[in-house]
Amino acid sequence: MNKKVILYSTKTCPFCRLVKDFLKQNNIEFIDYDVGEDREKLDEMVKKSGQMGVPVIDIDGEIIVGFDKEKIKEVLGI
Amino acid sequence: MKIYELVIVGAGPAGLTAGIYAARKKIDFIIITKDIGGQTLYSWDIENYIGYQFITGPELVEKFKLHIREFNVDIRENEYVMKVLKDTKNFRLITNKGEYLTKTVIIATGRKPKELGIDNENKFKNRGITYCATCDAPLFRDKVVAVIGGGNAGLDAVLQLSRIAKKIYLIEIKKELTGDRFVIEKIKKIEKVEILTNSQVIEVYGDNFINGIKIKKEEDIIDLRLDGIFVEIGSIPNSEIIDFVEKNENREIIVDCKNNTSFPGIFAAGDVTNVFAKQIIVACGEGAKAAIAVFEYLKYI
Repeated sequence: MNKKVILYSTKTCPFCRLVKDFLKQNNIEFIDYDVGEDREKLDEMVKKSGQMGVPVIDIDGEIIVGFDKEKIKEVLGI
Repeated sequence: MKIYELVIVGAGPAGLTAGIYAARKKIDFIIITKDIGGQTLYSWDIENYIGYQFITGPELVEKFKLHIREFNVDIRENEYVMKVLKDTKNFRLITNKGEYLTKTVIIATGRKPKELGIDNENKFKNRGITYCATCDAPLFRDKVVAVIGGGNAGLDAVLQLSRIAKKIYLIEIKKELTGDRFVIEKIKKIEKVEILTNSQVIEVYGDNFINGIKIKKEEDIIDLRLDGIFVEIGSIPNSEIIDFVEKNENREIIVDCKNNTSFPGIFAAGDVTNVFAKQIIVACGEGAKAAIAVFEYLKYI
């Protein structure tokens, strides 16, 4: 069963890039919002995570802040 | 338990270069590290690493990774060493995931950003306080921000923010900004930048996110309403994992020109040491030297 994965990132953030690479390597589809450009999505990210650091990953409603590889694997079940 | 010939702790420029040299010498080793790249991941414009006129930190780390993959190095990522201990003739490394025995160690753990050391700092981390301008600057479009620290890292943050934020206070504790003069001149010409020297942050306040800060400028207390602060006041070495080697007053591990520490079998390389010039290219060179020194050392034990 495919989980819905949303990534909130900025162009310049190194850990955002690591998350993207990781998801691609594992063939996980995801939606990527550039919160440096998209103010609405930035507000959404802050609301969901209660903080302003990127990256934030939303996997079927479960929120992970930062590139926490083990946690991402666990939530995705991979 | 298996006894490795070498464990490299850390995978920034020093640790990775040591890894390449160790692999080519066929040393039996692993690398244990929180992440690959270290501080280089956070560097934006790199214009002084020879071979690349211009490259970003994350891209350079990509190149490092591709290079080290050629050698099938066993890199234990997401694992960090908590303590290095003596164990009769070997060393015992305690990590968050287990224990390892090894004949030699290269400590290449680098540095981490220094914090302000004021109340509420933890509460507002990622709620207005950030230590990575490269990461978070884009989130402060049209906001009022302050950069703390007038060294090169602080100036770099101001330049990045000048294209994004509405207003930038640059706060420096000393009498004058300490970064490169060329950049200082450039920043003084930017209208939305206000420079406050002789100024120290004494308080951060807000609800869920910060609303402002108070600074002490000589005898005056100034209240600045703002949305974010970028802390760029230098860094400290990640040297707390080992107690039995000599360190200097800045807690840097003291090494000689062959990267020996004060304890035989423990080597150190890069920004965690007292090496002169904390630069990517210097760290690489130090990593190479340390691995060669380990190779020589292993011949005699």
